[in-house]
Order: sequence, then C-alpha cells, then structure tokens
Amino acid sequence: MKYFHLIWAALFRRKTRTTLTLVSIIAAFLLFGMLDAVRTSFNQAGQSANGAQRLQTGSKLSFIQTLPQSLEAQIQQVPGVKMVTYANWFGGAYQDPHNQVFSFAVEPNYIDLYPEIEVSAAERKAFDDTRTGILVGERLAKRFNWKVGDKIPLQSTIFPNRQGSKNWTFDIVGILHSKDKKAGGFYDQMLLLHWKYFDETTPFNRGTVGWYVTRVTDVNQADRVAKAIDAISANSDHETRTQTEQAATASWMKQLADIGLIVGSIMGAVFFTLLLLSGNTMMQAVRERTSELAVLKTIGFSNRSVLGIVLAESVLLLVLGGVIGLGIAALIVPAVSAGSGGMLNLPSVGANSWILGLVLMVAIGLLVGALPALRAMRLNIVDALAGR
Amino acid sequence: MKFLINLLLLLLIVAVIVAWIVLPWQGAVLLAVLFAAWLFITRRGRQALSVASVGISTLGQRLGSSAVIVIGIAGVVGVLVALLAMGEGYAETLRKTGSADTAIVMRGSSASEVMSVLDHDSVTLIPQAPGIARDAKGQPIASSELVVAANLPLKGGTADDEGSVQLRGVSDQAWAVRPNVKIVAGRNFQPGMRELIVGKGAAKQFAGLEPGHVIRLGNQQWTVVGVFSSGDAMDSEVWGDASVVADTYRRGSSRASVTVKLTNPKAYDAFKASLDGNPQLKVDVSTTIDYYNKQSEGMTKVIRIMGITVGLIMAIGAMFGALNTMFAAVAARAREIATLRAIGFRGLPVVVAVMLETMLLALIGGVIGGVLAWLVFNGYSASTLAAGTVGKLSFELRVSPALLWTGLKWALAIGFIGGIYPAMRAARLPVTTALREL
Repeated sequence: MKYFHLIWAALFRRKTRTTLTLVSIIAAFLLFGMLDAVRTSFNQAGQSANGAQRLQTGSKLSFIQTLPQSLEAQIQQVPGVKMVTYANWFGGAYQDPHNQVFSFAVEPNYIDLYPEIEVSAAERKAFDDTRTGILVGERLAKRFNWKVGDKIPLQSTIFPNRQGSKNWTFDIVGILHSKDKKAGGFYDQMLLLHWKYFDETTPFNRGTVGWYVTRVTDVNQADRVAKAIDAISANSDHETRTQTEQAATASWMKQLADIGLIVGSIMGAVFFTLLLLSGNTMMQAVRERTSELAVLKTIGFSNRSVLGIVLAESVLLLVLGGVIGLGIAALIVPAVSAGSGGMLNLPSVGANSWILGLVLMVAIGLLVGALPALRAMRLNIVDALAGR
Repeated sequence: MKFLINLLLLLLIVAVIVAWIVLPWQGAVLLAVLFAAWLFITRRGRQALSVASVGISTLGQRLGSSAVIVIGIAGVVGVLVALLAMGEGYAETLRKTGSADTAIVMRGSSASEVMSVLDHDSVTLIPQAPGIARDAKGQPIASSELVVAANLPLKGGTADDEGSVQLRGVSDQAWAVRPNVKIVAGRNFQPGMRELIVGKGAAKQFAGLEPGHVIRLGNQQWTVVGVFSSGDAMDSEVWGDASVVADTYRRGSSRASVTVKLTNPKAYDAFKASLDGNPQLKVDVSTTIDYYNKQSEGMTKVIRIMGITVGLIMAIGAMFGALNTMFAAVAARAREIATLRAIGFRGLPVVVAVMLETMLLALIGGVIGGVLAWLVFNGYSASTLAAGTVGKLSFELRVSPALLWTGLKWALAIGFIGGIYPAMRAARLPVTTALREL
C-alpha cells in the first residue's frame, strides 16, 4: 500500500494511452455486466423460496391440453397439500394483438398461493364481489395508463365470447403489487380475471382448467406430493405431470435459448481481445520505463518488489476500468428495463456478477502483467541504464 | 481555434459514418476505384502512397500492437456477424415456410394456428370459396389441419427433461399444399393408425424420434414410421393423421386451420373477399408468407437489436484499441513525419498514409472476423421457442454475403475513426517541436 502513489503515477505517466486503454476495458466490462444480467435473469427465473413450495400440475400430453375441474377436490385430498388453485391462459391483448398481456383466468384463491403478490384487502374484496372484475399488475397499469374503476376492452387471442366476438370487457378493481420490487418483475405485469366468468362466457372452455397450482405444507415432501398428484389420474385420458415451479420455469427457459452458451462465446471473444489489448499497453509501458525501473532497482528496490509494482499496476488498470464499466452497467440495465416498457425485465447487476467480474479483472490483470513484470524483474541494471 | 477544428472534425466523422452506413456496395467499389486512381495518378497521391508504404513495411516490427487492431476488429465483426446470422437464419426459416400462392384460414382473432378452432361446418365451407386450385380429380386443393403440442423427452437430457413439439394432424392434402415436404426415411403414416412421421429438425431435438420407435403421447402409444424434410419451419414438427390426433386430444371434428393452394397469387383477393363476405364464417385469411413473416417479426427484431447493441459496445472497445495503437505508431514516427514535412510534403499525404495503414489493418481484421464467423456459424443449428408455435423451432444460422458486407463496413468504420485522430495529430504536429523530440 505504501507504494500506491508510485503505482498510480506510473499508470498515468502517459495519460492518453492509459485513458484509451481504460475506455476499452470499460467497454468490455460494461458488456460483461449487461450480458451477465441477462444470463442471471434466465437462471434465476422461478427460483424463490415461495416458488419451491408450489407445484404446477399440467396435462402430461402437452401444455395446451386442459384438465377437468373435478381434479381440484381430489388434489385437495392428497396428504401434504395445503392449498390448491387453478388457472387458464386467457391470451389477452390490449388494443392491438401485438400488445400481449400475461392474462390468466383464475379461481379467487389464486392470490393466496402467491404471498409475494400484495393486494389491499378492500381491492381483494372488490375482486371477489365483481364478476367482471380484474386485478392488474402495477407496471402493466402504468404501461397502458389504467386506473382502478376503469372499464377496459381486452381482446382474447384464444377465446371468443358467446357472441363470437373477440372483444371482452372488464372492470379494473385493484392493482397487484410485487413485494420484492427487484426480483418479482413478472407479477406486476400480469392480469387476473375470474375463471368462473371466463368459463361461462366462452363456449370453448366447458369447465376445464389449464393447470393446477398446489402449495405443499413441507418443501421436503414436494416430490412425494407431486407423485401422489400424478397418481390420481394415471391411466385416465387426462394424465397429469406435476413439477415444482422452479423445475417448470427452468425447462421453459432452457427451451427458449441456450443463453449460457451465447453469453459465454461473446464474452470469450471480448476477453481474448481485451487480454491482447491491455497486454500490449503494459508491454509498451514497461518498455518505455526501462531506465526508470533500473533506477528503482539501483536505489534498493528488490527484484520481487519491482515485479510486484508492475503486476499491481496492471491489476489496478483492469480493476479501475472494470469497476467503472460494471458501474455503468449497473446504471444502464435498470434504465433499459424501464425503457422497454415491460418487454424486458432484467435484474440489476447483482452481487454474484460483481464478484465474478472482480475475479476476472484481477485474473486478467495478473495475466497481462505477468510478462512485462517478469521482464522488469530480470532487468539488469547496468544494461538498462546504458540503454542496451 | 483548436476547439473549432476538433468540432468540425467530429461533424465530418459523423457525416462520413452516416454516408458510409447507407452506401451500397457498388458505391464502395466506385469509391475504392476513384481512390486508387488518385493514389497512382496525382502527385499528392503518389506521395501519400510512398509515405504509406514506409508505414506498412514496418508493420512487421510492430506485430504486437498491429495485432491489437486486427484481432480487436476481428472480434467485433465475428460476434456481430454471428448474432445477425442467428436472426437471419430464424427469419429465413419462417419466411421460406410461406408462399404467395397459398393462403391460411383461421378462426377470427387467433394469433396463431394453435389458438384457432374451426368447427366442422367452417372446415367444409372454406374449400368452396373461389380462387382455389384444383387437383387432377377436380377437387379443390385445401388441407384442413389440427395443430396441437406434445411433450416429449429432449435428447441428451434426463428422463424428466421434457420439451414441447408442435404436432400437426394432417390428411393427404397437406402434401398437395406443401410440395417441398418429402419423406427422406421410412414411409408415410397410414390413415387411421397411431403412426407419426417426424421432421428432421424435430428428430434432432427430441429423443426416440426414429422410424420404428414407439413414443408415448399422454397414455397412448404411437409408432414413429418415417422422417420428412422440408427445409423450413415444418422440419421442427411432427405429423400424424388428423382424425387420430383429434381423437387423442379430444378435439372431435374441429380443426385449427385450413391451408389452400390458390390458382395464382392474384386469386388471393377474391378468395379473401369471398370468405370475409360469408356470414356463416368468422375467419381471418392471410397468405402464408404474410402469416409466417408476422410470426418472425418480433423475435428477429429482438435478435437484431441484441446483435447491434453488443456489436456497438465491442466496437467502442476496439476503436479505442485502434486509437491507442495508431497514436503510438504516429508518435514513434513523429521525427520521420516531421522530416517529410520539412522537405516539402503537405499534410494531406501524411493524413492519407496513416489512414491507409489503419484501414488496411481494419480490413484484415474484418475479413478474418467474417471468415471465422462463416466457417464456424454458417449452417450451425440452433433452436428456440418461436412465437406463434408451441414447439421448439430449429433453424440454421445463415451467414449471407450481405451480412459479411455489413461486417466489413463496420470494420472499416472502426478503422476510419481509429485512424483519423492519430492522422490529424501527425499532420498538425509543429515541425520544429517534432524534430526536437527524443
């Protein structure tokens, strides 16, 4: 630490070069921060303590196949089941079929299974009492400028109503808030309507439900409960498949894209280039300072401390650029999420990304510093001072 | 004064980059020819050429720092081209699936086939509309199809690792409206049997989709009897007999969509008008090319934005790397350049020479990046859950000449910005100061 000012001075000996190199490093780590946020958002989907307690039961045949409503009572009887609810895809869109809205037709107790969603007691009661009532997520309401009390038209891309029209009308009776503002981005973007109203209004549903959500009393029993639920309908014409919410989401994300591979390859290319670039800067820096380093050695700096000083300089360069880059990423990522109007929902640069980033900075710093540092260490004072 | 010059330079750079982005390749070739002519014919040009040749011949001695430009730009171009190729391949796969002379009819307000339900009456009414081509027997070529999803175990995963595949229930007419679909292994399914044929993309993604294998759909056993190939989105599907599939999925006599072959693309308007005007039908009609283009729109845009964002950030990094290298190169040759100017060389040849050197390195980088992307990623298969389908869509990345050209354009633009500041510095350095240096 006592050499810090020396290292700092050496680093900014050539301001232009260091600044230019720093910008390159900032760009690399900015990209790293953003891509890692994307990767994390894919990996973290569905991974929460509440999610682990929930099981999703869908048709074994395919996710579009519906199940009889009578299954609810039977699932309720399975030991270890605390609560059951069910839901259907509504496939809602507002004004334009491209403005898709995550909309589900649910049984009123649906919200009870999701303690991470907050609804005020009065609005909850209003929802229970209004047949055409809907609850909308906070962010969704903001996106379309909806307020409690509004009557809104909603198209369903799947279900026409009795008159054969795609246009449904609903009354907004409440707003859904997500308890964890940072992580639970999905809940404040969804729209819940009454399954009963939905089932009575469309001729296509006929008392079926899309999937069941079950809350178990004990997380450790989840596997057993899942098997017991599937056993109810084994060998019937509506066999089910029950998974934890976590497993179900992970499987969807995996099918969407192998995001780890894409991010990995991009970052591989970026860091390889960065290695070369900052390595070149460090080589130049040491070559230029040959005589200065020789002077340091003459006045008594050991070989090892010269090695340390050069290594520290390159690590400092990388950490400085890296921290600024990740810092910018931490600022930009939430802005991008906000700017996309709910299309994208990325978590901010998390602790894990910071740790991984810092490890990378130090590792790359040591790697690019190694060659120039060794060179500085082996420097022969007489040769260096003579300019040979 | 200095500030004003810098501001002008910045505006000039922005103008050049904008012009460069919209420039077609013919324009670039013309520009290159004009530039070469200037270099070889005029006196200034020959001066620039000789100054540049000194710089270029010493590149070997500065291998490390020159490599920074080449590899930095190769990285940008490689990643950019690969990401854009992903979008291109995806859009191309869906675009090829549609054509202008086939039309698809679905229930009104359905976003995609799987959400559509047409009752039996509609299915029989639709083929009676005008404009539909007829086969040898005089029957209208119209294929009513059922589209559902099936959960199947993924290849290379555990037994519980299931993915979704789009299952299409078809009749003989499906082959008539899609002449590009061919059986490449095994045989076609027999009507009325629980038999399936699988697209070759689906066969790659899911376990057990080989002729002779038995798979479970729900609690039923189905036999895979053949593999088909179409070269488009159908490759990711699994086909079976429509009535048997309807039975398994309890769909009765309803179908999801009717695809018809039109007598010619011009017949579409009359066909659509007739269906829209029929009070017994509540359907949406579109040509299949429109339908599939619409399906690919969103995802293609997302991939494009992602590619360009990543490319831009990488380009900034590479640009500053190039600036760094070229500033160093100019500084090392400051004396030599000053000498040239002292004996009467003007600023322009010096600027051109430095730019030429940078652009050459950038060009090499761009070519390397493009070739690498082409070698590694052209034909690379990827898959995603496509909008509007309910199964994994497999597609191949496509590195087209147009994409490679885009990559080269980026490379040269990075080289231009990375070279212009060092070049201006070299030309503006006061001769006396530079001669005294070192």
